[in-house]
Amino acid sequence: MKREETIRLTGLAIGYTTRHSVKTVCTGITETIFSGELTCLIGENGAGKSTLLRTLSGFLPPVSGEIILLGKPLRSYGERELSTIIGVVLTEKTNLQNMTVEELVGMGRSPYTGFWGRLSGEDRRKVGESLEMVGITGLRGRMVQTLSDGERQKVMIAKALAQETPVIFLDEPTAFLDYPSKVEILRLLGRLSRDFGKTIFLSTHDLELALRVADRVWLMSKPGRLQTGSPENLVIDPETGRFNFER
Amino acid sequence: MKRPVAVGMILLGVAILVLFFLNLLLGSVSVPAGQVWKVLWGGEADNTIWQNIILKSRFPQALTALAAGAGLSVAGLQMQTVFRNPLAGPSVLGVSSGASLGVAFVVLLSGRLGGVALSRLGYMGEFAMTMAAIIGALAIMLLIVWIAQKVRGNVTLLIIGVMIGYVATAIIGVLKFFSAEEDVRAYVVWGLGSFARVSGGQVTTFVVIMALLLPLSFLLVKTLNLLLLGDGYARNLGLNVRRARISVITCAGVLVAIVTAYCGPISFLGLAVPHLCRGIFRTSDHRVLMPASLLAGAALALLCNLIARMPGFEGALPVNSVTALIGAPVVAVVLFKRRKEDTGE
Repeated sequence: MKREETIRLTGLAIGYTTRHSVKTVCTGITETIFSGELTCLIGENGAGKSTLLRTLSGFLPPVSGEIILLGKPLRSYGERELSTIIGVVLTEKTNLQNMTVEELVGMGRSPYTGFWGRLSGEDRRKVGESLEMVGITGLRGRMVQTLSDGERQKVMIAKALAQETPVIFLDEPTAFLDYPSKVEILRLLGRLSRDFGKTIFLSTHDLELALRVADRVWLMSKPGRLQTGSPENLVIDPETGRFNFER
Repeated sequence: MKRPVAVGMILLGVAILVLFFLNLLLGSVSVPAGQVWKVLWGGEADNTIWQNIILKSRFPQALTALAAGAGLSVAGLQMQTVFRNPLAGPSVLGVSSGASLGVAFVVLLSGRLGGVALSRLGYMGEFAMTMAAIIGALAIMLLIVWIAQKVRGNVTLLIIGVMIGYVATAIIGVLKFFSAEEDVRAYVVWGLGSFARVSGGQVTTFVVIMALLLPLSFLLVKTLNLLLLGDGYARNLGLNVRRARISVITCAGVLVAIVTAYCGPISFLGLAVPHLCRGIFRTSDHRVLMPASLLAGAALALLCNLIARMPGFEGALPVNSVTALIGAPVVAVVLFKRRKEDTGE
């Protein structure tokens, strides 16, 4: 698959704006995210990984700087349009009851369905494909509340695939999972990016795993610093135990 | 629509028809079924008293119960989804407390200020009470919608709603304390809820308003389905969450306001019926739950009204007690059975 520029950040500062003040988490981010690649965002708790993801998804306005998504500024997209470009998998646990896996994945088709949200034959086919890509066709008829954490995560990934967005953001998709499931999910995401040319950007705490599957690593450290590089260049500082990129 | 869903809907529809007919048939005065049937199809009953009982009392009452049950249940479903809270119901945002406050002002203060006890004014008094309830409920609802624009969290909004309810109840308490005994009684009777209070001309108004409002709430099914996923996912799927939340609250609030104005605060139905429907149809899809709640709400309200009027009770039972007495065990059984099935699988 071709490697193309999907998202470009110029001088981006991220943070939260409250009524009285602006709390900036990280400044001066000038980076590019490419399609057909798996980019992993790693960093300590509180370094601003979620803030960055929320900003890139359009949930949070940037403090300053510019986010260019597929050649257009992110803020120029309407909600509807954006929902066909960015798909997300979030950490927020949905307390869904009495909904089948197929129905939940079908919700990913919402941007394309009509007023009542009825799925067309085409939509159903896409849902089937998404289930197959993630390898959970067997779970199709199961109720969501009966799934394990790993299975549920896969269902949410299938939902993002059904959404048919070129870009997928995942906030800690491997949290709460056992080791084999972590490996499985990250491998799956790597495969999706390479085989289907998706731009996949995820945050994670599982450093070693991330280094094994990622094409590119973004490292956020506490004093609001972001470094990027390929996983091979990441080295550990023996004194502080912190990671750094080789210059 | 899947087969079992269609079957369920048809059964609910049949239940409504049967219960509606029973509502016309049963009561303190016994009227032969044949006569009821005849009157229902526009014929003349052999006895003018029968004719009057059916057309002037039982028919409007059944119609009121039907519309009120449907409205409260749909509103309850919307509230539970928008707040993602199984305990949310039509009364949770203080909207019905607002209606009570409006009525309390009119009933309790009029005696004090105007020197006329409103309870003695008959039709005019009834109209004033309805208007006061609508104004009170809508005022609280506007306040809630305004707050909904300011606060982000659902739980915060829910708690603020409950607090507003407490404040309204406290004000009512103060008003009661300073009022004449007969006015307090009139207010308490209103508070017990009744499908019978609405008289002839008002029934038509009430039913027409509900018939206009209920289809409007169906326009929100896709929105409600998306809200189930949580704010983040809903937003990512192209939903303007803030606008969605406000339209759902407004829709549910207006439904509750109108029903409460005409029937008094009817508790329980709105909370219970959505759970009942989720239990029966085993789905979260509002394309099913919405019509199901509407039908089940109407059926349950008719059943409660029937029981409240059973021979022997002679209308002595307030509807509010019946809804809870009948509804609570039914819902508990349905939920309990489902729980057993879930763990048994």
